[in-house]
Amino acid sequence: MNYGLSKKHIRALILLRMLVGWHFLYEGVIKLYNPAWTSKTYLLSASGPFKGFFQWLAEDRIISIIDFLNVFGLMAVGLALVLGLWERLGAVGGIVLLLFYYLAQPPFPGIDQTGAEGNYFLVNKNLIEAAALFVLYYLPTGYYVGLARLFHKNEEHQKPLNQSP
Amino acid sequence: MSEEKGFGRFSRRKLLKGIAGVPIVGAAWWAGASDTVRKRKEREAILETLNIQASAPPATGPMSGDPIRVGVIGFGGRGEHLCRSLGFATKEWLSKMNENTRNNPVNSELKTFLEQESLNVQLTAVCDVFEVNAQKALKSFNTDSNTIKRFHTHQEMIASGEVDAIIIATPDHWHAPMSIDALKAGIHVYVEKPMTHNIAETYALRDAALESKAVFALGHQHRQTQSFLTAQNVIDQNILGHVSLIQANTNRNDDNGAWQYDIHKEANPDTIDWNLFIGNAPKVPFNKEHFFRWRKWWSYGSGLSGDLMTHDYDRINCVLNMGIPASVMSSGGVYTHNDGRNVPDVMHINMEFPDFSTGSTQKPGKEKGMTLVYSATLGNQFNRSTLLMGHDATMDLSNKLVIYADEQSTRYKELIEENRIDPAIPIYQYDPAISGVDGISSATSKYFADKGLLWTYRDGKRVDSTLLHLREWLNVIRNGGKLSCGIQEGFEEAITAHMGGLSYKLGRRIDWDAEKQEIVPIEGYDLDEVLLSNVERVV
Repeated sequence: MNYGLSKKHIRALILLRMLVGWHFLYEGVIKLYNPAWTSKTYLLSASGPFKGFFQWLAEDRIISIIDFLNVFGLMAVGLALVLGLWERLGAVGGIVLLLFYYLAQPPFPGIDQTGAEGNYFLVNKNLIEAAALFVLYYLPTGYYVGLARLFHKNEEHQKPLNQSP
Repeated sequence: MSEEKGFGRFSRRKLLKGIAGVPIVGAAWWAGASDTVRKRKEREAILETLNIQASAPPATGPMSGDPIRVGVIGFGGRGEHLCRSLGFATKEWLSKMNENTRNNPVNSELKTFLEQESLNVQLTAVCDVFEVNAQKALKSFNTDSNTIKRFHTHQEMIASGEVDAIIIATPDHWHAPMSIDALKAGIHVYVEKPMTHNIAETYALRDAALESKAVFALGHQHRQTQSFLTAQNVIDQNILGHVSLIQANTNRNDDNGAWQYDIHKEANPDTIDWNLFIGNAPKVPFNKEHFFRWRKWWSYGSGLSGDLMTHDYDRINCVLNMGIPASVMSSGGVYTHNDGRNVPDVMHINMEFPDFSTGSTQKPGKEKGMTLVYSATLGNQFNRSTLLMGHDATMDLSNKLVIYADEQSTRYKELIEENRIDPAIPIYQYDPAISGVDGISSATSKYFADKGLLWTYRDGKRVDSTLLHLREWLNVIRNGGKLSCGIQEGFEEAITAHMGGLSYKLGRRIDWDAEKQEIVPIEGYDLDEVLLSNVERVV
């Protein structure tokens, strides 16, 4: 389970996991404690080829489910990554959420980027964060620092790294 | 440190590494929750200070009982829309919407129409001087559940005994004559704006409506906008302080917006009853352009002052109830569509209300009076907001309400000094499409607030405001009660519009004598002659 990585590599991965996890968790908590929050305006302002789909999600009968799934999803991903438990599932969930955000307002040529806080072409922060989760999916570190360490019976990964094959 | 020393079955190191994320979760949670709760409390404190009652207009009564038999006069673009709101769509429209839905499954126009509330009416009669329009109504609305007859004139329709109520969606010069005839016969009337085409008929129609038992409604569907009661409460609570200036605007930049409508290929003297169209307008030979683009001439239409300023004037009158201006000055010209029209396509109408005040937070007597500036162009469509500008705050009025404190405000001075209010960020935002009320919103919210929406809302659901306005009229017919836009509101709208038109044509100020309830006469001019003269300017 240590993929032939050195201690420094593992620490770097744990740092990445914590930062991405913090970001998701914080976004979820902010929304959870703000009863006026809704993703409706964001969805209504969707642009690009999937505009119609996202505007459909903003319809009255669907929006409360979307809002719940978004807050629940953000917090679940954040908790999984920070606590280091079921982090691969969390990474997949996070990638799905980020791809939704990416496609709702994609930085494609010819699509208005008004409101974006930078300059993007094809690649934006959502896509980069999704790529970071892609890395974390293949290199889970909860067995080193995280609840997975407590619940996992296989002790092999806890051996000092320099003893790895 | 020994690895063996630990807690239960876990070594200390294992335990520490296992739960390392827990304090981080706690920190993120605490930071997010405390920040959000603090902002919410600040927002609630400001909302409590403002104490604005956000409420929707009360629901109108049941549509039960026998169906009301409605006749439509004028089955052009607006007439068709009004019929759809009553529940009657033409076959042509339905097949076009079916195609739109096929091409774009997200298009909800057809679905919205099919799901709209039934107003329990029968469309029993149609009048249109253009054969094609009349036949379209007959072909679509003669069904198993509805029988519709065509009448040549409005008088025949009114006398037929086939209608309880009529909807008038004709050119402006027919609004008052038809309304008056119907009201005298006890037939309910819903007429499109502007209410009248000249001054004399404004008084005649008011008399007819007041003497009739029938219900008269003017078609300003803006009255149904959900945010207006909330806007009235904002004024009542003196949130804005003394409003000295209001700006309302029209910005259009396309052929349709400039009244350059399509001329139907089947239009000819055999398919159009030209004399009936002309009515009381000056006699001219058959002219397709006059017929289809009638809004471009004073003979049949009322230009920007009657056609579009009336919307904005009534929207403001609905909130402030300020009535007819003491004086009006207009200017403008034919600057964007020099195509033979004689109504201006760029126009500014300054309406003065020197004795009106929305309230004051300064020394008594310091503030009084207000100007309403209506500014329009048919050559640019940049969105200029409707702004009510007070000493303490500015309100951006649309389907949403957004209020910004003024940096020099007396009322919010302390809150601004304490940095609890930022004049660049709204202190209040009401968006019935979302969740009702939001206190201080972010820059992103402002961005969304700037976008206009075409519908109004009830219980968070979007609804066609024309349907609500017709429903209000049908409700008063069925159950009694008061209309939001009846004869008094219509009188104020029509007189103000005519003052605007007169000022433009005469190039001078037009005054209103509130005591005598008349436009102050101008020596040497018959004001109605001026208004109806089919030239751009008289002076």
